[in-house]
Amino acid sequence: MNDNNTPNDWLFEITPKNKFFSLNLKEVWQYRDLLLLFVKRDVITVYKQTVLGPLWYLIQPLFTSVTFTIIFNNVAGIDTGTVPPFLFNLAGITVWNYFTACLTGTSDTFKANAAIFGKVYFPRIITPLSVVISNLVKFGIQFLIFIGFYIFYYFQGANLGLNGLILFFPILIVIMGLLGLGLGMLISAMVTKYRDLSHLIGFGIQLLMYLSAVMYPMSLIKDKLPGYGWLVEYNPLAYIVETTRYMLLNVGEVSLLGLSYTLAVTIAVFFIGLLVFNKTEKSFIDTV
Amino acid sequence: MKKDIILKAENISKQYRLGQVGTGTLSHDINRWWHKIRGKENPYLKIGETNDRSTKGNSDYVWALQDINFEVERGEVLGIIGKNGAGKSTLLKILSKVTAPTTGSIKSRGRIASLLEVGTGFNGEMTGRENIFLNGAILGMTKKEISSKLDEIIEFSGCERYIDTPVKRYSSGMTVRLAFAVAAFLEPEILVIDEVLAVGDAEFQKKAIGKMQDISKGEGRTVLFVSHNMAAVKSLCTKGIVLENGRVVFEGGIDDSIQNYLENENSTAHRIWSNNSVNMPKVDFIELVEAKVLNKENNVSINHSIIDDIMIEFSYKILQEGQFFTHGFNLFNVENVHILSSHDKRSSTLNLALKKGVYKKTVIIPGNLLAEGSYSCSFAIMRYNPFHIEFHEMDVVGFNIIDEFGDNTVRGSYSGHYPGLVRPDLKWKD
Repeated sequence: MNDNNTPNDWLFEITPKNKFFSLNLKEVWQYRDLLLLFVKRDVITVYKQTVLGPLWYLIQPLFTSVTFTIIFNNVAGIDTGTVPPFLFNLAGITVWNYFTACLTGTSDTFKANAAIFGKVYFPRIITPLSVVISNLVKFGIQFLIFIGFYIFYYFQGANLGLNGLILFFPILIVIMGLLGLGLGMLISAMVTKYRDLSHLIGFGIQLLMYLSAVMYPMSLIKDKLPGYGWLVEYNPLAYIVETTRYMLLNVGEVSLLGLSYTLAVTIAVFFIGLLVFNKTEKSFIDTV
Repeated sequence: MKKDIILKAENISKQYRLGQVGTGTLSHDINRWWHKIRGKENPYLKIGETNDRSTKGNSDYVWALQDINFEVERGEVLGIIGKNGAGKSTLLKILSKVTAPTTGSIKSRGRIASLLEVGTGFNGEMTGRENIFLNGAILGMTKKEISSKLDEIIEFSGCERYIDTPVKRYSSGMTVRLAFAVAAFLEPEILVIDEVLAVGDAEFQKKAIGKMQDISKGEGRTVLFVSHNMAAVKSLCTKGIVLENGRVVFEGGIDDSIQNYLENENSTAHRIWSNNSVNMPKVDFIELVEAKVLNKENNVSINHSIIDDIMIEFSYKILQEGQFFTHGFNLFNVENVHILSSHDKRSSTLNLALKKGVYKKTVIIPGNLLAEGSYSCSFAIMRYNPFHIEFHEMDVVGFNIIDEFGDNTVRGSYSGHYPGLVRPDLKWKD
């Protein structure tokens, strides 16, 4: 005899609102295969029917670095110390690219996947997570080219030094990914109602790059523009880019205070993003 | 013995906002938030109206579903039937967690998988095999489950030869076959299915319906099934609920439910579209103003004897001169089976442009052609050379055919069930 009136007997319940905070890791774990398949899809569909295939991943950072080197170092005369300017720019651009790829890839999650989301349920967070992970592959390829140039310059006799902190480099990349994911989820949730935001993204990212010490050392802005230096100093991304160069090229400075600040901001942004994303996923399909 | 309830819907309601989501959004959001922080009720929840598509309401908010309650027992196949816009799809979306209800809750004792569309998330660049894995995972299967059924899926789809070719090279029929094959091997406790049967060619449809019957009958799975095709509903379901304007109007055995639904369908033998009516069938040069079903005395009538000719008169208004076109209609029975189609291929309007004004066209359906039952007529305006349909309006008018006994009927004096979609009086030769 089974008793229908025990409330705990139900496997799950569909209700109007999510609990205030429910990450539901168990459910995400159940769908881990989907996550991997999404990553696989994202990675392999990029190469299909292209002649150069994964080489396209390399062309963009190389050309950007060359352009930056000509404009910011040769024309504007930004000093990169003992490090070759090209390598200096390539290091900054490689990590910066990972951030922008995560942010732009996740920020239109709801809009771009409305067709799938409108037909079938799976934990929505799988989609932005897969973007962050598949971009890690792209980042890996771009990082290899950086290593290639690093070795090249080393044998050319450039004064390059690795820093022992390089062991922490993967952690830095995880922080970068989480920050991109958090911001992306926040924006994607807001884009479902207010489309205006999607116009802002491309433009906003470009502006943000200039505030993130990608093509200049952080110390430079403090010297040259003391009045606006705070814009860079309060930007957590600037610390990540600066620390990357410190780890890889042993230039610039690393501020523990700055890094703790970055970590705190990342965690806060990630959880706010998650919260808003969770709140949106239940009924966004009615407004998107 | 107590019932083994696997799924229970309690007071499900769903509200939608009509019109454009745009300028008003922010102000409504702020207002809603302002009520919330003062501890008051959401001001927009009160003003919704019942969702009747054809009448113009005063409110921007409508209830697509209102106070839906039902229970499903383990192993039951529940058919959800109702007209377009009755709330069937909304209910399915809530059941499959695609959107949340505005109020109420659904409790379940089993994993729900939904099939609102076949081939969700198919990626054209990937091969058939890769897509089986991707689509299966989207539907909630693990890689292991898919691997173990891969051979069966490929065999069922009948696409073995193309399985390592990118799906973008597939014909649309093959894509659908592959997609349905993946879905057919889902194994949740509760399966929610929208009208996905209406895909593929005849051979595949038969296979698909057979597979659905296996799932529901043989394997004892709980299934919730939505369809317009009464024949499919009848053959698959054991129980039914009828939705009308977002409310449950009937709940019971499947035969009673279908009966109730058909009676509910208020088809009319005479319709006039007023000048500014929003749902008036029209294009830039022509609009349909009136349609009526006439008997041999030229009177409007909804019931006709099986032996009598039926005339359907369409009146349209020419809005622009110099247009060449013709008209046609389709006839559907209550199970929404398409019985016949007829174009006025010899129409004078194909060669002779009409002046502005209202014109009448009448089509005659001979007696002793259709079987007894209710029918619904659509009306279309189209052009030839090249062929193009300007508009095709469904459910324009409807009528019932009443069976009779007698020498001049096909039935004669036989009183049992007379099968067949049509009942023409055919000649027999020695």
